[in-house]
Amino acid sequence: MIDTYRLIARRRLQDSVFNVLGIVCMLLGVVTLAALLFDLAVTGWTRIDRTFLTSFPDPEAAEAGVYSAWVGSLLLMLVTISLAVPLGVAAGVYLEEYARKNWLTTIIEINIANLAGVPSIIYGLLALGLLVYQFHLGQTIVVGGITLAFLVLPIVIVSTREALRAIPRGIREAAYALGATPWQVIKDHLLPYSAGGIATGTIIALSRAIGETAPLLTVGALAFIAFLPDSPLQSRFPFVNFHWLNSDFTCLPIQMFNWVDRPENPENDFHRNAAAAGLVLIIMTLSLNGAAIYIRYRLRKRLKW
Amino acid sequence: MPARSIHPGAPGAAPSRVDALADASNLMLGPGRRYWKDWVVEKGLLLAALSSVAVTTGIVLILLYESVPFFRKVSLWSFLTDTMWTPNFPVNPHFGILPLVAGTVVTTTVALAVALPVGTMIAIYLSEYAPFALREVLKPILELLSAVPTVVYGYFALLFVTPLLQKFLPNLPLQSMLSAGIVMGIMIIPYVSSLSEDAMRSVPMLLREGAYALGANKMITSIKVVYPAALSGIGAAYILGISRAIGETMIVAVAAGSQPNFTLDPQQPAATITAYIVQVCMGDLPRGEIGYQSIFAAGLTLFLMTLGFNILGHYLRKRFREAY
Repeated sequence: MIDTYRLIARRRLQDSVFNVLGIVCMLLGVVTLAALLFDLAVTGWTRIDRTFLTSFPDPEAAEAGVYSAWVGSLLLMLVTISLAVPLGVAAGVYLEEYARKNWLTTIIEINIANLAGVPSIIYGLLALGLLVYQFHLGQTIVVGGITLAFLVLPIVIVSTREALRAIPRGIREAAYALGATPWQVIKDHLLPYSAGGIATGTIIALSRAIGETAPLLTVGALAFIAFLPDSPLQSRFPFVNFHWLNSDFTCLPIQMFNWVDRPENPENDFHRNAAAAGLVLIIMTLSLNGAAIYIRYRLRKRLKW
Repeated sequence: MPARSIHPGAPGAAPSRVDALADASNLMLGPGRRYWKDWVVEKGLLLAALSSVAVTTGIVLILLYESVPFFRKVSLWSFLTDTMWTPNFPVNPHFGILPLVAGTVVTTTVALAVALPVGTMIAIYLSEYAPFALREVLKPILELLSAVPTVVYGYFALLFVTPLLQKFLPNLPLQSMLSAGIVMGIMIIPYVSSLSEDAMRSVPMLLREGAYALGANKMITSIKVVYPAALSGIGAAYILGISRAIGETMIVAVAAGSQPNFTLDPQQPAATITAYIVQVCMGDLPRGEIGYQSIFAAGLTLFLMTLGFNILGHYLRKRFREAY
């Protein structure tokens, strides 16, 4: 009798130890994240001010800033989004709404799954070999943007498909019953209803692209850019121009890498600059992720088919 | 237009005679024109879907195209067996990929030693122990770990983790595969835990209840029932983690070192395949030289390594989906 009680007590103890172990592992992740943010903030926060955000790179650490870097990042994102979203959404719609089960569809699906697992630096080699040396586009913003668009394309496709799959069959059938063609069903019903899900996927893709360094280094982005590309907006007709696409560029992660990669030197403290650049970068990615989580949460609450 | 023509009695507007005529002609023209439009749209969307195939094809072709001249100069045998990688030596350069592969293998192993146990424990905790509300909060926070830009992790490894480790290992150099690997492991925790948790949660409740009925506690149920039942899904998660670790670039480029070093000791610095590619690209290598071609040969090796793991993972995921 007494043995049974002891056995039960032992099993209970065992279980709570295991539970605590789980919590410890969980905390390990959360604490590391916190340590990382804290370390960056302590080192970099006091460095961030107006001049840091509006100065070009400089051999003097105290004079250097991230002006060309954040402008470059923004322009890169502009190119990436305007390529990856139309292409990714179109591909997602095709695979979910039109594709029949045949060999071509199977190839496309396996291919997308595989593409999502290709290391990012390989995309950089693709861009270097194809865009820079075969198409002679140079080491420019447009090449960087295309590279990142290739990289995030699977993310946009997968999130589009998931959003479409969540729409109940009945919506489509109701529209077909009224005589709509497949394309009318897609543009009048499916796309509007899945817009939230697609937006979430796009934001996640953006947050991935904005922190990506390796493929851009491979393409040959420079770290020392002391000018801004031409502005995409102008005061004269037609108010936009595309000269900026052919400009050399740098971006936040590249700038940060350049600063981290220098030897430690308290006199000329580039590591502090790196922390500040990293802080700007991480604030951008985390707020994008936060926005995505929020939209997803709102959608799940609101949508009850 | 056609969308309106099929709702002639739309509420709110009394249809005029002209409208009715227009609608009628639209309807008559309708189907043919509508189907024609739909055909164009469908083919356009198909082209977009095929663009992803074009990217893969492009990757394979470019890697092969640029490596061919490399393998004309360096035999495949010496590429795979030579233990030195000194492509920039003017005299008698060596092109053995082994030192770079060793760097990749060591950093990946260290990363997995961190990510697999911790990721699995987190998955078990989230799937079997954590109350619903807590899980909803913890999961997104944990996923932020994989959202942090990798160059930031590189900074963290070099300037936070290495000094911390040096307190316990005083001989640890400034750059080491150990600290890069540990940080990489933390980065891939969410990849491992998220997919494993999905697999464990899809294990039917009946199996757990069977274990409870036999007197098992949650720990034994998790380890002896849920974990084996979800094994193929968990395997897919592990493989995703491996494939991420092999291809990770910035953490190792910053914190693991940039010199090829044929060693299996994680406390030493060594370049990985990815770090070598970055290293070369930062210099200005003219096209056509062997240094330039060597990064494509290295990239091809990397691509084949990850491709192998991706295929294995795909196969495991398919099996796991069919299980229940």
